[in-house]
Amino acid sequence: MRIELVKRPQHSALFSAVSPFIALGLTVIAGAIMFSLLGKNPVDALYYYFIDPLRETWSLHELAVKAAPLILIGVGLSVCYLSNNWNIGAEGQFIIGAVAGSILPIVFPDFQFWFVLPLMLVMGIAGGAAYGAIPALLKVRFNTNEILSSLMLVYVAQLFLDWLVRGPWRNPEGYNFPETRNFHDYAVLPEIWSASGRAHWGFVFALVVAVAVWFVMARTLKGFEVKVIGQSPRAGRFAGFSHGRMVFFAFMLAGGLAGLAGISEVSGAIGQLRPSISPGYGFTAIIVAFLGRLNPLGIVAAGLVLALSYLGGEAAQISIGVSDKVARAFQGMLLFFVLASDTLIHYRIRITSGRARAAGGRAQAAPAGEVPHGHA
Amino acid sequence: MDTALEAGDRRLLEVRGLTKVFGSLKACDAVDLTIEKGEIHALLGENGAGKSTLVKMLFGTLEPAAGEIRWKGRPVTIGSPAEARALGIGMVFQHFSLFDALTAAENIVLSLDDNTPIMDVARRARELSKAYGLPLDPFAHVGDLSVGERQRIEIIRCLLQEPELIILDEPTSVLTPQEADKLFETLERLRAEGKSILYISHRLEEVKRLCDRATVLRHGKVVGHCDPREETAASLARMMVGNEVQAVVREAPPSDIARKPLLEICGLSREPASPFAIPLRDIWLTVHAGEVVGIAGVAGNGQGEFFEAVSGEALQTGPGVVSICGHEAGRLDITGRRRLGAAFVPEERLGHGAVPVMSLSENLLLSRYSTDAARLLGAGGVIRAGAVARAARRIAEHMDVRKSGEDPEAAALSGGNLQKFLIGRELDRDPAVMVVNQPTWGVDAGAAARIRQALIDLARQGSAVLVISQDLDELFEVSDAISVMHGGHLSAPMPIGEATFEKIGLLMGGADAGAPPGERVAEGV
Repeated sequence: MRIELVKRPQHSALFSAVSPFIALGLTVIAGAIMFSLLGKNPVDALYYYFIDPLRETWSLHELAVKAAPLILIGVGLSVCYLSNNWNIGAEGQFIIGAVAGSILPIVFPDFQFWFVLPLMLVMGIAGGAAYGAIPALLKVRFNTNEILSSLMLVYVAQLFLDWLVRGPWRNPEGYNFPETRNFHDYAVLPEIWSASGRAHWGFVFALVVAVAVWFVMARTLKGFEVKVIGQSPRAGRFAGFSHGRMVFFAFMLAGGLAGLAGISEVSGAIGQLRPSISPGYGFTAIIVAFLGRLNPLGIVAAGLVLALSYLGGEAAQISIGVSDKVARAFQGMLLFFVLASDTLIHYRIRITSGRARAAGGRAQAAPAGEVPHGHA
Repeated sequence: MDTALEAGDRRLLEVRGLTKVFGSLKACDAVDLTIEKGEIHALLGENGAGKSTLVKMLFGTLEPAAGEIRWKGRPVTIGSPAEARALGIGMVFQHFSLFDALTAAENIVLSLDDNTPIMDVARRARELSKAYGLPLDPFAHVGDLSVGERQRIEIIRCLLQEPELIILDEPTSVLTPQEADKLFETLERLRAEGKSILYISHRLEEVKRLCDRATVLRHGKVVGHCDPREETAASLARMMVGNEVQAVVREAPPSDIARKPLLEICGLSREPASPFAIPLRDIWLTVHAGEVVGIAGVAGNGQGEFFEAVSGEALQTGPGVVSICGHEAGRLDITGRRRLGAAFVPEERLGHGAVPVMSLSENLLLSRYSTDAARLLGAGGVIRAGAVARAARRIAEHMDVRKSGEDPEAAALSGGNLQKFLIGRELDRDPAVMVVNQPTWGVDAGAAARIRQALIDLARQGSAVLVISQDLDELFEVSDAISVMHGGHLSAPMPIGEATFEKIGLLMGGADAGAPPGERVAEGV
C-alpha cells in the first residue's frame, strides 16, 4: 500500500473550512496521549484543561483578557503573512508599544486628564508601528531577511524593557522592586463590565479591529493588493502595486496592532510595567493567525482557543498537578497539526492499492532488470 | 540493430486506451498511439488537447487512470522519469531546467543518476556534440549561452542516456530559422541511426517537412493518424481545430488615419538589473496610429527587459524617453502609463500577467482597477464584485475563453484560454497603445488566429500596436513593419513589403543591420 498526495486542480473550499477543526481534533487526541504518558487520566485532564475554565463567569472574563492581545496581534500578522512578510517579531512590537504608551503615566504622573488614555493608546500604536518599521526598512533597503531581523528585535525590546523597569523607570516608592509606579486612574483602560470580571476594553478593540481588517481584506482594493503581492510579486508589479510600500504597510500595521495590544494589556490588565509583561503573546499569535486561516474572523475564534490553552494550562497545573509547560506543548502541537492539515487544501490523499502497482512494477522490472523499485 | 525483431514488428512504443482524468475533465480519453523504430512521429493538437498530459504519462510524471503502455511489445508501468529513462525514453522539455551559474557539463552531471566524474561527462558530451553536429563547449557557463545553445545542452543531456525514444516538446519555438535548420539535421541523423522521435509542435510547416507520421489530438481524443507529407498545412490545422482556421486578414492601414505617433521611444538604454539580464542600448522606435510594429528576435536578447521598460515596470532615467499618446511617460509607473491609454500583455501568463491562484474576475481587476476605477470600485476602494464579474464574463464570451466553472482560478485554464482572457482583458478597454510580448506563445492555431486578428483590428481602428515575438510566421502575418532585437540593440523597422524571412533571420543571428542582406544564404527559409 502506498499513500500519495495528489495536487488538486483548484484549492478545496471544504478543506479550507474544516482543516482547523481537523487540527484541533488531532491536537486533543495527541494531548490525551501525552497526559496518559504523564500518568494522568486523559479524560479528566482534558476536562480540566478545556472545559473547566469555561464554566464560570470570571474565568470567561479571563479568557477575554487573554484573547484580546492574541486577536489584535494575530489580525495584524495575518496581513503580514498574506503579503509574504514574515514578521516573527510581534512580541517585540507588543513590548515597545506598551513602553511608548506608558510614557505619560510613568514619566509625567501628574499629568492627569481624561485625554491621557486616548493619547496613550495612540502612542502605543505609534511605538509598535515604528518598531515594526525597522525590519521593514532593513528588508526594503538592504534586502535583509525579515524573519531574523524581526525576531532578534524581540530580544532587544525585552532587554530594553528590563533595563527601564530596573533603572530609570523604577518606582521610587516601590522598595526597589523592578516595577514602575502604578498607573493613575486616568491612565487605566476600564473594564467592560466591572461587576462580573476583569475583561477590559482591549477585547472590544480586538473585535472591532478584526471586523474592520476583515472588511478591508475581503472587499477593498487594499486587501486585493495585499493578496496579489503576497501570492505573486511579479504580477503585483505588473498591476502597479509597490512592493516596498507594501512591506512597510504590513509591518507597520502589524506593529501598530501589536503596540495597541501591548498598551491595552499594560493599562487594562497589569496597571504598571514589569520586567515581563507578556507570556509570549507575540509568538502565540503566530499560531492564532494560522489557526484562523489568516482570516480576521477566523482569528477571533482561534484567539479564543489559544487563550483557553493558557487558562487550561493554569487550571491543569492546579487541579492535576502537571507543569504549566503543558500549555506550550499544546500550542506547539496545534501549530504543527494546523500546518499539516493545510496540506489537504491543495492536495488530496490517495491510497493506492499496493498490490496492483507492485505487480505491474514487477512485470516491468523483471525483464528490464534495471527499473528502480521505489514504491512498495 | 533491430534484426532480432521481426520485420513486421517495428513497434517501439504502443499506447492503448490511455486515459487521464482531472476532476471532471478527461485530459486524455482512450488515446492510442504507435511509434515505430526510426521514425519521427508528430504529436499535433490545440492547446489543452492533451498533448502535454499524454507526454507526461509516457515520461512517468503523471500516472494514467486507465490504459496500457507497451514498450517493445511488453506492457510496462512508468512510475517516474527515472524509470522512463531506464527504459530508454528521453525528453527535452520546452522550458529548460538549467542552472545559469553552472557550466554545461555541471548541469549535465546534476541530472545523471550515477556518480560519473565530471571530466568523463564533459568528454562524452563533446563526443556527442561532434557526432551530431551540435557545437557546444561543456565548460561554458549556461548564463552566457544563447537559447539555442541551451537547448543543445538539454538534447545532449538526453542523448547521454542513450535513449531509443526522444520526446521533444516544441523545440523550435525559441530558435532562429537557421538554428531550427541545424536542429532538423540533427533529428534526421538520429532517425537514420534508428532512434525514434516524438515531436510536439504547433508549426505545421515543419511537421510536414520533418515527420513521417502524425497523430492528431483534439479535446483529449485521437482524431486521426496521418502522413503529414500528404497533407497541407490547412488540412492539418483543420484536423486539430475541428473546423477551418480563419486565415488572418491584414489590409493595408487605411490612409485616412492621420499617422499620429502614439508610442515613441527615444534613446532608451537600461543597465542590466541582474547578472544575466541583457542591457538595452539606445533604442529608438515610433509606433503610429493604425499600425502594427513587430519586434523579432531570439529569446533572451533583451525583449523581456524592453517590455519592462516600455510598460513602466522599470522606470526610465528621463521623462521623455518614453511617450504615450504625446505625453511624456518615462517617469510614470505602469499605472500612470495605463491611464495615458496604454495596455500591456507580458510574456509570462501565470505569475506575471495573472496571479495563478486568483479567479479570472480578480485577475481582471489586476490591470484594470485604476483605468476603470469608476466602474469597478466604489467609495473608499471597495470592490464592486458584481461589476467585475460582469466584465470578466463579457471578456470570456467575446474571446471565446473555454473554462470549467463560472469563475475558475487562472491556473485552472489551459495556456491558450488564459492568453485569450489576458488579451481580451486589455482589448476590452480599447487601448490607444497596446504592447504585447509573445502574444501566441504556446497557443493553439485557432486561438492564435483569433488573437492575431484582434490585434490587427485594434490597430485598424486607430490604435498603435507593438508585438514582440519569436515567431516569425506570426510577425509576418500581423506586422506593418518589423524590427529585430539582438543583444539589446534594436534594428530600424523594415516595412513588411521589403522584409523576408532571410533578411530578418540574419538580423536575428546578429548580422550587422547595415550589411547587405543575402550574402549568407540560409537554406529552407
